[in-house]
Amino acid sequence: MQLKTQIISSIKILAIMTILAGVLYPVLMTVIAQLVFPNKSNGSMIEKKGEVIGSELIAQKFQSDKYFWGRPSAIDYNPLPSGASNLGPTSKALKDFVEERRKHFIEKNFLPPNTIVPTEMLFASGSGIDPHISHEAASLQLDRIAQARGFDEQKKALLKTLVQNHIEAPQFGFLGEPRVNVLKLNLALDEKK
Amino acid sequence: MFTFYDIGQVVFYLVALTILTPLLGGYMARVFAGEKNFLTPVFSKPENFIYKLGGIISANGMDWKTYAVALLIFNFFGFFILFLLQLFQSSLPLNSQGLPNVSWDLSLNTAVSFMTNTNWQSYAGETTLSYLVQMAGLIVQNFLSAATGIAVMIALIRGIVRKTANDIGNFWVDLIRPTIYVLLPLAILFTILFAGQGVVQTFSNYKVVTTLEGAQQTIPLGPAASQIAIKQLGTNGGGFFNSNSAHPFENPTPFSNFLEMLAILLIPSALVYTYGKMVGSTRQGWTLWGCMMFLFVVLLTISLWSEYHSNPVSQTSAGMEGKETRFGVTNSVLWSVATTSASNGSVNAMHDSLTPLSGFIALLNIMLGEIIFGGVGAGMYGMLVFVVLTVFIAGLMVGRTPEYLGKKIEAFEVKMAVLAVLAPCAVILVFSAISSVMNVGLSSLGNSGPHGFSEILYAFTSAAGNNGSAFAGLNTNTLFYNITMAIGMLIGRFGVLVPMLAIAGSLARKKIIPASSGTFKTDTFLFALLLIGVILIVGALTFFPALSLGPIVEHLLMLKGQSF
Amino acid sequence: MDQSLNIKPTALFDKVIILQALKDSFKKFHPNLLIKNPVMFLVAVGSVITTYILIEDMIGGYFSAFNFQITVWLWFTVLFANFAEAIAEGRGKAQANALRNQRNQIVAKVKSNGGIALINASSLRKGEIVICEAGDVIPADGIVIEGIASVDESAITGESAPVIRESGDDRSAVTGGTKVLSDKILIQITSEQGNTFLDRIISLVEGSKRQKTPNEIALTILLSALSIIFLLAVSSLPAFVQYSVSASGQSTQNLVTLPILVSLLVCLIPTTIGGLLSAIGISGMDRLIRQNVIATSGRAAEAAGDVDVLLLDKTGTITFGNRMATEFIPADGISNERLADAAQLSSLADETPEGRSIVVLAKEKYGLRGRTVSDIAAHFVPFTAQTQMSGVDIPARDGIAQRIIRKGSSEAIKSLLKQNGKFFPQVLQKIVEEIAHQGSTPLVVSENNEVLGAIRLKDVVKGGIKERFAQLRKMGIRTVMITGDNPLTAAAIAAEAGVDDFIAQAKPEDKLNLIREEQANGRLVGMIGDGTNDAPALAQADVGIAMNSGTQAAREAGNMVDLDSNPTKLIEVVETGKKLLMTRGALTTFSIANDVAKYFAIIPAITGTLYAVNGSAGPLSALNIMKLASPESAVLSAVIFNALIIISLIPLALRGVKYRAIGASAVLRKNILIYGVGGLIAPFIGIKLIDIVINWINLI
Repeated sequence: MQLKTQIISSIKILAIMTILAGVLYPVLMTVIAQLVFPNKSNGSMIEKKGEVIGSELIAQKFQSDKYFWGRPSAIDYNPLPSGASNLGPTSKALKDFVEERRKHFIEKNFLPPNTIVPTEMLFASGSGIDPHISHEAASLQLDRIAQARGFDEQKKALLKTLVQNHIEAPQFGFLGEPRVNVLKLNLALDEKK
Repeated sequence: MFTFYDIGQVVFYLVALTILTPLLGGYMARVFAGEKNFLTPVFSKPENFIYKLGGIISANGMDWKTYAVALLIFNFFGFFILFLLQLFQSSLPLNSQGLPNVSWDLSLNTAVSFMTNTNWQSYAGETTLSYLVQMAGLIVQNFLSAATGIAVMIALIRGIVRKTANDIGNFWVDLIRPTIYVLLPLAILFTILFAGQGVVQTFSNYKVVTTLEGAQQTIPLGPAASQIAIKQLGTNGGGFFNSNSAHPFENPTPFSNFLEMLAILLIPSALVYTYGKMVGSTRQGWTLWGCMMFLFVVLLTISLWSEYHSNPVSQTSAGMEGKETRFGVTNSVLWSVATTSASNGSVNAMHDSLTPLSGFIALLNIMLGEIIFGGVGAGMYGMLVFVVLTVFIAGLMVGRTPEYLGKKIEAFEVKMAVLAVLAPCAVILVFSAISSVMNVGLSSLGNSGPHGFSEILYAFTSAAGNNGSAFAGLNTNTLFYNITMAIGMLIGRFGVLVPMLAIAGSLARKKIIPASSGTFKTDTFLFALLLIGVILIVGALTFFPALSLGPIVEHLLMLKGQSF
Repeated sequence: MDQSLNIKPTALFDKVIILQALKDSFKKFHPNLLIKNPVMFLVAVGSVITTYILIEDMIGGYFSAFNFQITVWLWFTVLFANFAEAIAEGRGKAQANALRNQRNQIVAKVKSNGGIALINASSLRKGEIVICEAGDVIPADGIVIEGIASVDESAITGESAPVIRESGDDRSAVTGGTKVLSDKILIQITSEQGNTFLDRIISLVEGSKRQKTPNEIALTILLSALSIIFLLAVSSLPAFVQYSVSASGQSTQNLVTLPILVSLLVCLIPTTIGGLLSAIGISGMDRLIRQNVIATSGRAAEAAGDVDVLLLDKTGTITFGNRMATEFIPADGISNERLADAAQLSSLADETPEGRSIVVLAKEKYGLRGRTVSDIAAHFVPFTAQTQMSGVDIPARDGIAQRIIRKGSSEAIKSLLKQNGKFFPQVLQKIVEEIAHQGSTPLVVSENNEVLGAIRLKDVVKGGIKERFAQLRKMGIRTVMITGDNPLTAAAIAAEAGVDDFIAQAKPEDKLNLIREEQANGRLVGMIGDGTNDAPALAQADVGIAMNSGTQAAREAGNMVDLDSNPTKLIEVVETGKKLLMTRGALTTFSIANDVAKYFAIIPAITGTLYAVNGSAGPLSALNIMKLASPESAVLSAVIFNALIIISLIPLALRGVKYRAIGASAVLRKNILIYGVGGLIAPFIGIKLIDIVINWINLI
């Protein structure tokens, strides 16, 4: 008898909780979020000329010399699903990737061979869609972009300020790392022309 | 480079956690004891309404067996519904992407995983589960598995506090109160904070965009914020998206990262204070808390040192593989230590790509039984397993039958405590051994060399510890791993939880012996040292051979620049 | 009577006992006995496995000196544990044998059909009546139903002074094996043969009916679980090593042979405490026995360590039992000498201890020699319940007027004076009150209706008792004094003796109630008792020590019997209980702490060559922090250390960890330092030393 009551109670409580936590809670939260943070809760989408061209939080693939490159991605920037390489610290494959990326980055950006390449450009991100790089990594790409876009020295200096202006400082001055959003930077770059 | 700026972030986090501990802890003590608190006017009516609907008489106490049976039945139905939801998701609403039904073994694994507060994910959320399954299935279990852990802890406290009593409380009350007074309000608060930082919360379809370079990119969306809030608060850890809190939609900013890390340890840490408050001595609580914090800081230090140390293989230091730029190394390591201390298992950086010693710390944290703050409720009662063992061994040394808070620790308690140590230990060692020599196990490896072994060891450790984080290079969405890990998660959860309820029942029946100068004190520095010693020797020594063939040998090989 | 029949201390290591123990330790290889100790059973199974491999190899024409040595040392490990148990049992056995011999020689004179039959004591039945005359040994436990006799109980108690046993009162119980010295008594046998007090002592001393105590069971569970955990850790190791071998691409050399795995397992499981656990328990009982306390169960000995409250009778335990005159306080205008003289005269014929002490005091203080009542033709007036006085009437003689001397309580003297129209002096009233206030008993002396003064009768507290109580307090034990005295007297004595609490004007049932009340509050209560009215309280107490001089009822009710009938024995009993538990805890801690070093010896021995490149040492050889010479010598050293540590800790197991009453925290700190930290460090040193030695003498 005891067991039967407990089974009935279990089912009832589970049903109540499913409605409360599984339906009412997420729906209420969605309503509030949509009202208070409509852009953010819908994915922080960026529009260009009225057209959504992506999310400021989701990295896009940039391989053209005319753009700043983002971090290496184990999923080739296709977030279905997001993911990482999961290669371990003694992985031969990872070692090869790092060497190749280092070489590629130095060569393509006309950097001296002993340049210390920022590690985020050597290693794939956790999500595969990390939208940021460090400002050092952005600065090292200036020569290539300037050359690809045919910028003169004066415009190249502007490019430098552009990167400077796009540095996002640590939040509240101390949380997280200073960084540059590659998509936003490239959008701004396109506007410079 | 590890700078003062990094130390500052770590210290800020620990200070915030410390300050909130007594505040939330004191509130929870009042809630669990059924005392009046500032939310009583808001929630007492809904609470009673739920009891009425559920046909529950809240004043009726249960003995430990009844309590355990109620808990098991309830968890079974939770599992079963989630299992069914996945099996038939294509025929159910809110499946805008038209995702197919989930295979039976993956459904089984996932349902067990969320019911046991593990949140191991053999699947990728954005390409496997519909919005309905994520909400009505996963979110619900995120709440209820957390509340189940808290309930067991409350029952155990009652066992300690009550004198010659049979009843250790009412399971339904212990389940519902934490849910509506603690988990739900905090989840609402955190959801709003997360949404404000850019975590998505929408029912819209996935967005297809044309990128700046003209390629097509499908951006998955969904009601993520509400799930992430509870996944962190309830030490569940199951991500909405595959890459969990490394995904910019789950964790977009350093502040959201801070909040999520805070949410990981907030309730577990506060529960230690609650424990002290409810057993009548906050000093007892702070002593345990001190042990936890001490171990946390030591392990974090090792992990940070390792991660910032140079890796001769890739000739870098502070490697960023699997990490996000906005968090950097420090926040990634801090998270990895926090999430494995608690049985959370969410990640903001890929553990598989951590340096060997950082991976070692993550593994060790789980192997110790996640008693450094630990899972909500589970961490506290897991710590009490070690307290029982410490009291037993050291208590003898003062020449008395060991006692804890006035309760004698005798054969039955020792039996149950060692069962709780033995169960997860057996899962880890037996399944790891099988997987590391059989092809079904080895074929899933994502890395070779000692790191491959670490992947297997980590998987079963995570399952047995109900953690859910992974060395994700291992592909566990196979029949073999889905089934073995489901078994591991069940044993790891109920092989600890049921013995703890038995201890609660047994302690409740005992008298309380008043303390004297001959009593072994459990709120002193000496006890804290002993407890740490027992945790490290009993908890870790078992795994020393396995660890030496995984992360330890890998570390030594890495220093020699060897790769596989 | 032969002194060897007494339960007397034997040396810790007696030659005879050691030889016997060596023999017994081989008998203990029987699987039925080994299985009782799961940890050692596991070692034995491991030994069988390595032996099997050794023999199989030899049949195949191959002999591994390493495997041979491992096998030998594993068997030694079991043997040493057996020896520890055997030697602990051996000492009890020797004592039991002596007692048994004595019992078997007894002949009983049974009263039957008006005649007397001589039968062997072992065939006596309960209820039969036997006759014992001077020189007879009482054949079995019983009660005296007729007569009075002095009995020598030294065989049981070691106390040489004879005791009086007579029918009908608290002193009617007699014990089998004791000897009647004078007179003749009829005894009704109260226990079946094989179940007499002597039998029980024999079986307890021998440890033959020894059952595991609750704490021992709990510890065994813990040790078994640890063994299972390490069994898992060791049996999963080959799989992990196999993975590593194939991952490193090394030739599949067999790194983990079965003998090495067995060695690792044996080193990790808690063999030190596992091997010594039963020896600790047995020697705990043995320590009690050597203090002449027989515990009816190991459970009682263990519970003694937990006692929170001790109930002590004032009389006999805290004080000497008799009040003694300590001072004469004269009334106004009366000289000390006159008072002393009168007091002494009044007490000459008074044979009570109080009376005698007055005579003695007068003699010591005022040089008044004792006179005999007949010399002065005095008429002694004995104490009666009606008058509450005693005294002496000395007829007028040699010009000295008649003297009517009375001594009694102030109330009695007051009413005497009142009858004669006299008043009690105010000053003396004050003195009397003050004496009472200080916990002493005032006696007032009057002569011819004139009050001479008061005598202070004092309860004398035993020397050193205050220190004992202070010790108990440090142990966390509260002492409660039980007395029939009035609250004032009781309070004074309590303060003087340093007890924590007292119950005055206690009735027999008060003890029982107090015990129940303390127990309801969760405390463990210990008490000592002797009288029949103590039986319920003794039975109720967690540790009830009956005095052997006490009644049969009391002895049956308690769970320990103190053969010396020494009430302060309770303190030693508590200490023994604590020592027992402490020894277990200390050796468990030591055993577990040892594992760290053993890992560092064996794991690099197994894994040292893994992932090695170009013939160099493998990375995990870095774990060989003791720099042991070779993998084989590392494993062997650990196994030898593991075996030797058992044998070298036997004296500690038998003697017990030292206990001093310094409070729980201090005790713990000390033990952690010695057995915890020591247990971490000792094996590092020990294994290294053994490694040096076995390489020096080329064992490997």
